[in-house]
Parts: sequence; structure tokens; C-alpha cells
Amino acid sequence: MARSRRPVEQEDRGIISLADWRRPSIRRSTNLVHGVLLVVLFVVGLGPMLWLAKAAITPTQDTIRTPMALWPNGIDLDNLAEAWNRVEISTYFGNTLILAVGVWVVQILVSTTAGYALSVLRPKWGRIITGLVLATLFVPSIVLLVPLYLTVLDPPLLGTSLINTFWAVWLPAGANAFNVMLVKRFFDNLPFEIFEAARVDGAGPYRLFWSIVLPMSKPILGVVSVFAIIASWKDFLWPLLVLPNPALQPLSVRLPSIQRFIELDVFLAALAISTVIPVVLFLVFQRMFLNSAGLGGAVKG
Amino acid sequence: MTDTLVKPDLSVLATPPPAPPRRRRIFRWFRGIHTLVFLLPLLVSFIVFSWIPIGRAVVMSFQKTNLITTQFVGIENFERVLSDPLLGTAVVNTLWFALLALLFGYPLPLITAVLMSEVKRAKGLFSALAYLPVVVPPVVAVLLWKFFYDASPTGVFNEILGYVGLGPFPWLQDAASAMPALVVEATWASAGGTIIIYLAALTSVAPELYDAAEVDGASIWKKIWHVTLPQLRGVLLITFILQIIGTAQVFLEPYLFTGGGPANSTITVLLLIYQYAFQNSLGGDYGSATALSIMLAVVLGLLTAVYFRLTKGWSS
Repeated sequence: MARSRRPVEQEDRGIISLADWRRPSIRRSTNLVHGVLLVVLFVVGLGPMLWLAKAAITPTQDTIRTPMALWPNGIDLDNLAEAWNRVEISTYFGNTLILAVGVWVVQILVSTTAGYALSVLRPKWGRIITGLVLATLFVPSIVLLVPLYLTVLDPPLLGTSLINTFWAVWLPAGANAFNVMLVKRFFDNLPFEIFEAARVDGAGPYRLFWSIVLPMSKPILGVVSVFAIIASWKDFLWPLLVLPNPALQPLSVRLPSIQRFIELDVFLAALAISTVIPVVLFLVFQRMFLNSAGLGGAVKG
Repeated sequence: MTDTLVKPDLSVLATPPPAPPRRRRIFRWFRGIHTLVFLLPLLVSFIVFSWIPIGRAVVMSFQKTNLITTQFVGIENFERVLSDPLLGTAVVNTLWFALLALLFGYPLPLITAVLMSEVKRAKGLFSALAYLPVVVPPVVAVLLWKFFYDASPTGVFNEILGYVGLGPFPWLQDAASAMPALVVEATWASAGGTIIIYLAALTSVAPELYDAAEVDGASIWKKIWHVTLPQLRGVLLITFILQIIGTAQVFLEPYLFTGGGPANSTITVLLLIYQYAFQNSLGGDYGSATALSIMLAVVLGLLTAVYFRLTKGWSS
């Protein structure tokens, strides 16, 4: 049956039919299941975050003796200030931010220019390059760990080690096949007629890239940006290897090692501070996050 | 390098895209220099930071190097790794982690997503709550859970279980419970992403199929079993192998929770590679580290190939 002939209200039915939804017994049990599910998701998804928020402003003794007390005996807002200033979370926070922004710039630059060249300009050997880029996706990144470390230790042509510079994190981030393929695939589906029209109107390849293709690709740039910033914020092993100088390390690397030197309440405050930015980013750009995460399923159809 | 632990979702590329329309080449006369300008960032970053290092990994696995002198040693690195008594432990632990992660982590997102797909009001709230753990930085999550797993009776989990008269449990301090404890945290941290993938796939199940099943008198459970799950086959097959590939490369949890202990009960293959290269008091044994990582990659590649061969007709 052609879908267009179907009554409109039945279009977005799920497993339970609309007729079933009208039956009180089904509606009641479904609502009950959903109520329980919501409570479970609330406890499991938000619970640890709420606990961390509470522990961040609770004195150490309270957290150790009665970790589950809803209302602490004392509130110690100094924890946050102490973590930020004395433990220099501010420095590591800044490093994390600088690393994320640099990774974002590099990944956007590489993926958009590459996507444009491979999808719109289409050089003769473009298919070979696409294949070689695609092939790297199937190499587990652990294979790269040691040789990449040695590359950063002694990069070609530069003659100076990149260890203990942010470049050691920024530059390798550009070789991200996933982003390149994502952007290329998006460009593949842009209407070609517009490019031809622009060319007829006298636009060169740079103008076409900057004034036509980039403005049309905001959705995919948003997705790549989310991936880039979140992955950089989460990264641990690579910055641990290439940034041995504590003054340059991001939060993810620094947090495990400062644990030994500071009091528990200040440490938990530091953990809370590290969580705020990603969570706020998620809450603000929720739709973009969830769409990116569902991308895998959506493309497979 | 992107994080070894935040694997990009390869499933996007697992199926061929809808064929792009055949296009003529634009800017015929520009081909060459201008195309090269745009390709330059890609070529430089991939040549220096991907293609050469991959080749170098293969070469290095047959070499012995101390960064000053390098010599070919044949398959000595492979022999040394294979005769390392820790390798067996690490492989068994990694398999154990993968198996537990499948038991805990494979059905859970599916059940949650199927239940969530029927939610009519505030669906966004459900998705947001389910996805929230994924945006918590993994290091923060592990350090926080390490505190939750405190073995004393006033540890967070022990106190909660104490309400119902259980425990206290030693969690991370006991060789038997350490690995399951790691897996529970890892499942908590990653389930949200899989739930969202399943939710997206569930919206593409054609409503006509449910209509047809109802005409045949199918109950809700029958519809889930005979319509929903078969329709998700393709996604389920991919998430299964992606989860195996991901858990075979687990690093962060054993590294930060237990450092491989107690009594090597949580040492994994990746932890072993890391120890060969970067925690060796005699200087990094880069040969052994690359040899083991190449072996891991080959095993995973073969596993994936066999898996797709065996499941070939299933997803269509």
C-alpha cells in the first residue's frame, strides 16, 4: 500500500497500535513501565552527577562517613575555590580548552578542504586517495601509538621534537579519516547545479569553496565540531605520552596524578569542575549531540 | 591521534552510501595546482601522521631499537611477546572483559531503546538522561567510580547495598570482582551512545509491518520478536562486532582503576603494550610493543572478516 494514502494520524505509530493505546489496561501498564524507566534513567544517568555536585561542596569527613547523606552537615564552598586556585585546576582547564580548540581548527581545516577537493574538484587520483584514507579507518589506533610517538619525538623536516608542545596533540588530530569521509559524503550530496552556476558566474575554486560550499555545510560542520571537541576533551593516553610537563597537561591527564596530593573534598570539587563544560555543552546543543550519535543508525537505514 | 578509547562509529561506513549522482569534473582547467592546494592539509597530515606510521609499525615489529641504533632482528620480537607469561593472562583477561561487556552491555541498550521508542511525552528527557554519562569525561567517570567502589562499609556502593543487608564487598581489591566492577563502569559510560543508535534505527521501522502483524493477531511481545528485532538486524550485527573490537582495546579502565591488579587480574592486551613501550625500566621495548599491537590488529581484522562472512545473508 502506498504510504501517502494512509491516514495521517497513523503515520507515527510504534510497536503499540493506536487502538491499543486507547485501552486503559495497556495504557496504564505502559505508563507504569515508562515511569519506572524514567526513575531508573534518572538515578543511573543523573544520580552520579548529582552526587558529585553535592560532594564538591561537602567537607571531606562528611563525604567519607556518610556518603549518601542527602544533606551534609556543613557546606564548604571553599572546595571549589581551592581546587580552582591552589590546585591550579584553572591552568589545566585552560590547557584542555587550548587543546580542544586547536584540535577543532585542525580537524575542520583538513576535513573541509579534503572533502571539497575529493568531492567537488575531483582530481584524477582522487579515488586512490579516498581509498587510502578509508583504509586507515580499519587500522586500530593502538597500532599507531608507538610509531606516532616516535614521529612526534623526531618529526620529519622540523628537526626539533614536538614533545611538550601542544602541536604534538593538534597536528596528529588532523589525520582523522572519519571526519574526512563524513564531510566528503555530505559534499557529495550537495546540488551540483549550484556549483556550475557559480562557475558560470565567474567564481574560482577558492571563491566556490568559501562562499558557496562552506555556508551550505553548516550542519555537517556542527557534527564534526561536536566530535572534535568531545573527543579532545576525553582524550587521555595521547596527551599523557606527549605532554610529560605537568604545566601543559590537560585535566584528563592531571586529575589522576593530583589525587595523591590533595584532600578528598578538593579533589571531588576538581572532578566536578572538569565535568561542567561538557555537560553544559551537551545540554545546550542536545539535538546536535543526539543526532550525531544516532548518525550511525540513520545512515544504515 | 584520536583517542584509542573513543573509537569513531565505523558503522556509518559499513554499508555503501546511496550512490552519488555521476558528476562531470568542474574546473577542468584548474585541475592540478588548485586541487593540490586543497588536498595539501589532507596529504600532509595523513602521510606524516597516519600512512608512514602504519608502515613504520610493521617495519618496527621486526626491529630492535633504542632510538640511536636500529637493527633487524627477524621475528624475535614476536617470539619474545608470545613467550611472555603475562600475555596469556592479558589475553584471557581481555576476553573475559569482552564477554562480561557483552553480557552486561549488549542487551541493556536494546531493551532500553525499545521501551523508550514507545514514549509519547518528554522523549527528549529520556534520551538526554540516557546519554548524559557519555558526555562525562571518561577519566572523571573512572575516578568518581573508583571512589564509589570504596571497599569500606561506608563506600558509596557498599552503603547502598548495606540498606538491603548485602556486603560490604571488596570490589576492586579482589581478583574475582575487580573485572566485573570495571565492566559495570564501562557499560555505564557507553550504553547511552548505543541507545541513541538503536532509537534512530527504531524510527525507520515501517509502521505497515506492525499493521500487518496485527492483522495476523500478533501480541505486543510477538511484534517485538517478529517485527522489531528482525528489522534491527543490520544495526545489531554492526554494534555487536564494534563492541567486540572496542572492548578488545580497553585501556583506560584497567589503567586508572587497578593498574592491572590485583594479582594481574585486570591486565589487558593494551595495558601490556603500554607497559612494553612506556613503563619499561630498561628503556622502551618498542619492538615488542609494535609486534603485539600488529598481532592484535591482525586478530581483530580476521575476526571481523570471519564475522561478516558468517553473518552475510542475515542483515538483508
